[in-house]
Amino acid sequence: MPLGSDPTALLRIGCGSGFSGDRLDAPGPVADALIAAGGPAALMLEVLGERTLALAQRERRQKPEAGYEPALLELLSPILQRCVAAGIPIVTNGGAANPRAAAHAVLGLARQLGLTGLRIGVVEGDDIRGTDALDDLDPWEGDAGAVLEPDQVIAANVYLGAAPIAEALRQGAEVVITGRCSDPALALGPMLAHFGWDEADWDRLAAGTMAGHLLECGSQVTGGYFADPGIKDIPDDALGMATLGFPIAEIGADGAVLITKPAGTGGRVDRRSVTEQLLYELHDPGAYLTPDVVMDITGVTITEEAPDRVRLHGARGRARPERLKATVSLPGGWLGEGEISYAGPNARARAELAGRTLLERLRLLGLDGKSRLDLIGVVSVFGGDDKDDGFASVDAEVPQDIRLRLAFASDSRAAAERAAREVLSLYCCGPAGGGGVRTRVTDRIRTLSFLVPRGRLAPRVTLLSLEDAA
Amino acid sequence: MSTVPLHRLAHARAGDKGNRLNLALVAHREQDWPLLAREVTEARVLALFAHRGATAVRRHDLPGLRAFNFVIEDVLQGGVNGALNLDGHGKTLSYLLLGMPVETGAG
Repeated sequence: MPLGSDPTALLRIGCGSGFSGDRLDAPGPVADALIAAGGPAALMLEVLGERTLALAQRERRQKPEAGYEPALLELLSPILQRCVAAGIPIVTNGGAANPRAAAHAVLGLARQLGLTGLRIGVVEGDDIRGTDALDDLDPWEGDAGAVLEPDQVIAANVYLGAAPIAEALRQGAEVVITGRCSDPALALGPMLAHFGWDEADWDRLAAGTMAGHLLECGSQVTGGYFADPGIKDIPDDALGMATLGFPIAEIGADGAVLITKPAGTGGRVDRRSVTEQLLYELHDPGAYLTPDVVMDITGVTITEEAPDRVRLHGARGRARPERLKATVSLPGGWLGEGEISYAGPNARARAELAGRTLLERLRLLGLDGKSRLDLIGVVSVFGGDDKDDGFASVDAEVPQDIRLRLAFASDSRAAAERAAREVLSLYCCGPAGGGGVRTRVTDRIRTLSFLVPRGRLAPRVTLLSLEDAA
Repeated sequence: MSTVPLHRLAHARAGDKGNRLNLALVAHREQDWPLLAREVTEARVLALFAHRGATAVRRHDLPGLRAFNFVIEDVLQGGVNGALNLDGHGKTLSYLLLGMPVETGAG
């Protein structure tokens, strides 16, 4: 049933991907469940990270037909044909830095699959690099004091809202491909197209945004990123976490929200999994800023209606912000890393000696940068960068298997490479019994957020079809 | 008085935005929310993260969700794009919070 043909009908929105590294086979069971349920539905695929977008922008400059999510076709090929046949639009931000090129690639896939007449909606206008939309912007509060140097910008993209996605769907798009937009907009767009909610119906927009927020990280609401054995367990049936079901939201015309997952999949949807995701990456729960609405979840209640069926009530909305957030990516220098293992008797003392040796080497070489040591197995991720007394104050049980890690950040690629090489040199020049060295050097990207007045932006929707690709 | 790790009473999830971390803390049982409100103060959370450069903590109370949302400033030492830490997102830090000892008042 096409979206909008009966705006009183329940709308189901499934999410088949929650980030750019997600399981490639996740969308299939979600598509199957939406098809089996019948009725209006849409499938969203969230694949766009900040770093992904910056790298995609660089790639596009090398190759004009590149710059979109590399896994997009692999995600779409098992589901495209049956979603199109069932009238279930697919909405994805996999266009990254080049939504139009992504659309042409998907049209190519459609031709291979024997589809005829596929219509793809392309949403553009998020990319403001090199435009005067970037002039004299205020930084987002979390980056207070930041100054934008336009000639340094690798990528600059505004988080667009749901309206252009809804517009593409109203024009008949069967696939909608965007660049940067707010993640919940991938779900709110189909809701606007289906229910025809007024753009100032803040409470319904907030309810829809809450549903989109719960869906946007895929399995993080259905038992992924959740299990803590003996405390929070995932049932072993249906292969447990190896076949986590990705989420489906059932939305009512009045803004009712229920979260569930496909039958026969692993995972769980309960009060706890939903509460963790509801608060994920939120700051003030009374004022979650999105391009479409300011969402207030302080009055939300959660009810377990049935196994793996959780209802949420009480999201409230206020008028959307006048300025939209833009992420600006800039060169972030280089990171050199190296690791080496020490195990067995006196492992900790040998690893600490290796660490002191590395710091002394960096000093002797005069490398310009900032270093950090970790003793993986004793203290690593919880620790701060600065350990004035080395590791002497860390009182752990005597570990027998430790990995020493050096991280070294520098504006100089050569310095980062040299620091990583110093870990390799520990094979012969370090303490006894070190092994398993791995090193790597990463080109870093730093991001800042700025606020862009809406009036400077011009989101555009273009429909492409198989004929355009011929 | 008896002291237990917070992990016995609550679960948590971390999220990052730039150099800012949010930790959602959720009581397993509704009746433990007031105890958590008394024990897991902004000051104690700030002290727990001081070694990582945290400058401020704001606690948002959500009794209807049996939850709290802690927003911790400048704790990620550069964040995912700038940190030297293996976990630049700070995703593991939910379990640093859950290791905090709390007085249950029973005993």
